[in-house]
Amino acid sequence: MLKGRDVISILDFTRSELEKIFREALKMERVQKLERPLLKDRLLATAFFEPSTRTRLSFETAMHRLGGSVIGFSESEGTSLAKGENLADTVRMLDAYADVVVIRHRIEGAAKLAAEVADVPVINGGDGSKHHPTQAMVDLYTIWRELGRIDGLHIALTGDLRYGRAASSLMYALTKFRPKKVSLISPASLKPRKEIMDFISGTKLKFSDEEDLKEIIGDLDVLYVTRIQKERFPDPAEYEKVKGSYRVDPELLSDAKKSLIIMHPLPKVDEIDLQVDETPFARYFQQAAYAVPVRMALLALLLGKAM
Amino acid sequence: MNSEELTVKKIRDGTVIDHIPGGQALNVLRILGITGEEGHTVAIMINAQSRKLGKKDIVKIEGRELVSGEVDRIALIAPEATINLVKNYRVARKTKVKLPDEIKGLLKCTNPNCISNKPREPVTPSFRVVSRTPTLLVCEYCGTYITYDEVAAQYTLPG
Repeated sequence: MLKGRDVISILDFTRSELEKIFREALKMERVQKLERPLLKDRLLATAFFEPSTRTRLSFETAMHRLGGSVIGFSESEGTSLAKGENLADTVRMLDAYADVVVIRHRIEGAAKLAAEVADVPVINGGDGSKHHPTQAMVDLYTIWRELGRIDGLHIALTGDLRYGRAASSLMYALTKFRPKKVSLISPASLKPRKEIMDFISGTKLKFSDEEDLKEIIGDLDVLYVTRIQKERFPDPAEYEKVKGSYRVDPELLSDAKKSLIIMHPLPKVDEIDLQVDETPFARYFQQAAYAVPVRMALLALLLGKAM
Repeated sequence: MNSEELTVKKIRDGTVIDHIPGGQALNVLRILGITGEEGHTVAIMINAQSRKLGKKDIVKIEGRELVSGEVDRIALIAPEATINLVKNYRVARKTKVKLPDEIKGLLKCTNPNCISNKPREPVTPSFRVVSRTPTLLVCEYCGTYITYDEVAAQYTLPG
């Protein structure tokens, strides 16, 4: 039952619930214009205490497409938070106004607190560095939609697997499925947190730490690239040394399977060569586009108005 | 009672906390809020030989029984402790402490960026037990691990 649920961590969802969201998203994709707006008179509040482009806009687009309306803010400036109001009080107000709340916050656990305070469903639009459950749903959906399955695939995650919440959430999410193998490739200082590694070690997920993308590229079905932020390296020379080893370019891809798909939660900077954008491997723009039907499906299911 | 425990006199009525990890006895007293000014007779043995723990501490408190919240807190820093309720020189009840599956409000999360560390939010720090030996807890809000040493450090008097 998804109606009325909070969406705090991808781990709160079972495989069959995720598959229900996928099936619903597929229907949403095929409906360009709804004859009967499913969420007419419903209100989504977007509480973005931290900047976001894709997450916020895709939630807003999803809500508008379903015939609902949106209120909210996209930075703390100009709200009473700037005057020192606490998070809980701000959430109580949104809870009173809206039917569903999406929150993004820098502080870890902010979404869980918001869910405790609010009666309406609260969706975590990203908090701290571990959880971004709706991004994980979009990522799983992209694999499922582009390759028809998640089970049995060799999936590699590269880049910043430590501070990036999209990569962390996807690692958690993949434990709900049975990929052939998940390969993790990152600089030593950006390896996944111990909490995440301990968690996935306790599941049936087959994963391995790999040094060199070149060695495994020929076996991959999915390559999930994330951005390595310069700020994570105290020594700029270290960053320059590391960034090249995680860069995806046509030369690397010359050994790839024809069916390989490359994903990226975006924004991307220079970890993917621009020439790759033009190849059939590139699915990150499609992935960003799927964010709308997936979030439409989620909003409709949470509000008990699925198609 | 073994001969080590006889190094100090038996108590008539009160509590004997045994199998405290070596060096933690003073922290146990701190958890119980015993400063010495309450007037109880308190005996402490620090770093006694123990087959199970290597070194252990023992605390005896005359005229004081523990309540269940106190037992939970002792479990945080002395997860193997046994608590003997003594009546008229005899052990009337012996219980082993057990860390509850959920720990609410007794500890702070070590992650400064965790919502449970924001003083102006209505939130009680909550932890789940990942492992009992050795003690490993996980914050319900941010997922940070808290180790035994980090738990003990929160109950240690500043030097």
